[in-house]
Amino acid sequence: MIPEFGQLALALALCLALVQGIVPLVGAALGRVEWMALARPAAAGQFVFVAIAFGVLVYAFLSDDFSVLFVAQHSNSALPVFYKATAAWGGHEGSMLLWIAVLAVWTMAVAAGSRSQPQEFASRVLGVLGIVSAGVIAFAFITSNPFTRLVPTPADGNDLNPLLQDPGMIFHPPTLYVGYVGMAVPFAFAVAALLTGRLDKDWARWTRPWTIVAWLFLTAGITLGSWWAYYELGWGGWWFWDPVENSSFMPWLMATALLHSLAVTERRGIFKSWTVLLAIAAFSLSLLGTFLTRAGVLISVHAFASDPTRGLFILGLLGLFSGGGLLLYAVRARHLEAEGGFKVMSRETFLLANNILLVIGAFVVLLGTLAPLIIEALGLGKISVGPPYFNLMFLLPTLPLVALIGVGMHTGWRTMPGDALVRRLRMPAIAAVVVGVIVPFVFFETASVLTVLAVSIALWVCVSSLLDPARRIVFRTGAPMTRGQVGMCLAHFGVGVFMLGATVASAYNFERDFSARPGEQIEAGGYEFVFNGVREVQGPNFVAAEGDIELRSDGELLSLLKPQVRTYQVQTQPMTEAAIDTNLARDVFVALGEPLGNDAWSIRLRVKPLITFLWLGAGLMALGGLVAITDRRYRVAARQTDRSPAQTAAGTA
Amino acid sequence: MVKYIVPLAIFVIIAAFFAVGLRMNPNYVPSPLVGKQMPTFSLPSVTDPQNLVSSEALAGRVSLVNVWGTWCVECRHEHAFLLELARAGLPIYGLNVRDDRAAAIDWLARLGNPYVSSGFDPEGKAVIDWGVTGAPETFLIGSDGTILHKHISPLTLGIWQRDFVPLLREHCGPADCPFLAALGGR
Repeated sequence: MIPEFGQLALALALCLALVQGIVPLVGAALGRVEWMALARPAAAGQFVFVAIAFGVLVYAFLSDDFSVLFVAQHSNSALPVFYKATAAWGGHEGSMLLWIAVLAVWTMAVAAGSRSQPQEFASRVLGVLGIVSAGVIAFAFITSNPFTRLVPTPADGNDLNPLLQDPGMIFHPPTLYVGYVGMAVPFAFAVAALLTGRLDKDWARWTRPWTIVAWLFLTAGITLGSWWAYYELGWGGWWFWDPVENSSFMPWLMATALLHSLAVTERRGIFKSWTVLLAIAAFSLSLLGTFLTRAGVLISVHAFASDPTRGLFILGLLGLFSGGGLLLYAVRARHLEAEGGFKVMSRETFLLANNILLVIGAFVVLLGTLAPLIIEALGLGKISVGPPYFNLMFLLPTLPLVALIGVGMHTGWRTMPGDALVRRLRMPAIAAVVVGVIVPFVFFETASVLTVLAVSIALWVCVSSLLDPARRIVFRTGAPMTRGQVGMCLAHFGVGVFMLGATVASAYNFERDFSARPGEQIEAGGYEFVFNGVREVQGPNFVAAEGDIELRSDGELLSLLKPQVRTYQVQTQPMTEAAIDTNLARDVFVALGEPLGNDAWSIRLRVKPLITFLWLGAGLMALGGLVAITDRRYRVAARQTDRSPAQTAAGTA
Repeated sequence: MVKYIVPLAIFVIIAAFFAVGLRMNPNYVPSPLVGKQMPTFSLPSVTDPQNLVSSEALAGRVSLVNVWGTWCVECRHEHAFLLELARAGLPIYGLNVRDDRAAAIDWLARLGNPYVSSGFDPEGKAVIDWGVTGAPETFLIGSDGTILHKHISPLTLGIWQRDFVPLLREHCGPADCPFLAALGGR
């Protein structure tokens, strides 16, 4: 009976989402206050029923209810309790329910946070979110119902994909979805602005914190996914340009562009139509990601789950949301054009360059991701686009983008004399290049031109991000920094740290595969490895061969590495669990390969210098976003708007 | 103004490619076996180990070869449809892979047996010749023993009508394939 309650709750949530989507929008168009006032209660009701549906699904997993098809496919009675709960999003149907639940949380947050905004505007925003929610709930209900029963009930379930039985998988999808789905909020703000025909600095100030929150979750989610792939997939890569990864990366690039464009709109009241377009594009790419990974248009690891009716439905939603948004844009955007110009040498120019380069980057990724589909649709055969394309093509816009960060940060709004800028940045730039050239040769003896260039640019961004904070903290000169500025410096510093890690870890990655017999010692990558053999270990729902490898440096024991190859009881494909010895300077990564007979095993060894910087840098970016949303002006402004919207607008102009 | 329409135009073009892409089957990896003679096999029957199920039994009629196992939840999903096909008169031969004989017998007893007979392949050795990557997989075999089609993932009425019926229409008339009348209609 209980799963049927979940289904019922989902149906009621759909009804309330339709109410939330239609009534306030019609009310705003007709100017009926009581219709508009329905937006918040409808959103709250929808949230409650979505929460019940999600709770029911988790309960079905925890209680091993294999009469539910989705549970039977993705769980097993021997699965540890922790993973039973998280298996709720370990497959398509549950992922969609998570998507819906995350949107409901976002909607509640917007409903609560928009009380100080004009009712007509807030009800339009909530109405658009209601339509998005109704579309996705209908999709889940019709094509991917997680509560479908399985008759007869199997004795046990098919188990969760062993790849997903990992702590990284517990946090990665929800974090990513908060970011992904959060792009619906700036989208709703953009559509509401197009409907109202009014887009001002207030609008940008309301939209910006939501965008930052969605962006920081997206950043954290992508990082967690990359980290998970690094230690779980067993060969030490951290980014594979796989369609699933790309579909989270494209919205990230767009969201990053949107953040910067919003900054210009908030401060200067220009770039309006461009900002709106980016908001629509960011959400469209989120939906596109859903389409690519869920409809099975591109080959995915979950090929068995794909179903053409799902694809058609998502395409319909994409047409409704993105097509509708862009149509509205085509009709209304020209009313948004604004006053105000800027000189070539100004912060506006650099932010424009940032936007263009980020959009080019997103386009490069989009093209590579869709090329197989396009080529096949044109009847030209089957192709695949691999990392060589992406690695090269993506660098072209990215290197100048990152290099310009350091200059753009120190440029003033409207105009800035070029010689002042040069005077200010000359020494840091020279220092970064000199260190960037010397360091690779000192530590690693060789360096390619590209490595030197990338290291210099990374150091340059790090140094220039710290200039203002250092001046403030060490020399106590200059104006006090706002939280927004601190967040920006932190995030940009993170970009530099990330790039340093990515460059050095890729350029000076040491890789070797060797075979070893118990007691054998191998010297590689500046370390000694003593292989003490392999023993069998019993896990809760798997059996593992666990290697015992001593990591030594000049004879001194650094750590004992225990990589495993696990065979899960139900789904029997072998899983590697790499063992990693981490410190700030490098990771030593050891994975067990196959038994070669006579107790010998093949062992994969990787030494990756500075790879920790990569996660650290991405973490700093997200942290920067977190600091920025605590900025006074978002709180003070909210309170001020409570009293008088006109006053605030005048105050920040 | 034209420039505001450009994003919409780009979107429409991309969406059109998706619409075409949806008509293509991404799971469809052209099997090198399609169009070739099916691999020969000879396996003990699941229900009766004394009896052998061999490829010769399939000769002379259009039939299905279905790869299944009790460990495969998706197989359970398609089981009802296989029973329907069998009731309509289509001969289906099973290849039971990496399974436990008692469990397989129990499965057939409880859920019904759509198979003329099932070969028992506990180590999954015979299915290697068929290029099988998982279960369920279904092969359509012509009366001359050629593989007409290979399908990966559970069989449904929609897939049957889309992929199998046109091939059957091409390769056998209503006289040889009476089940077409029962299951071929749209």
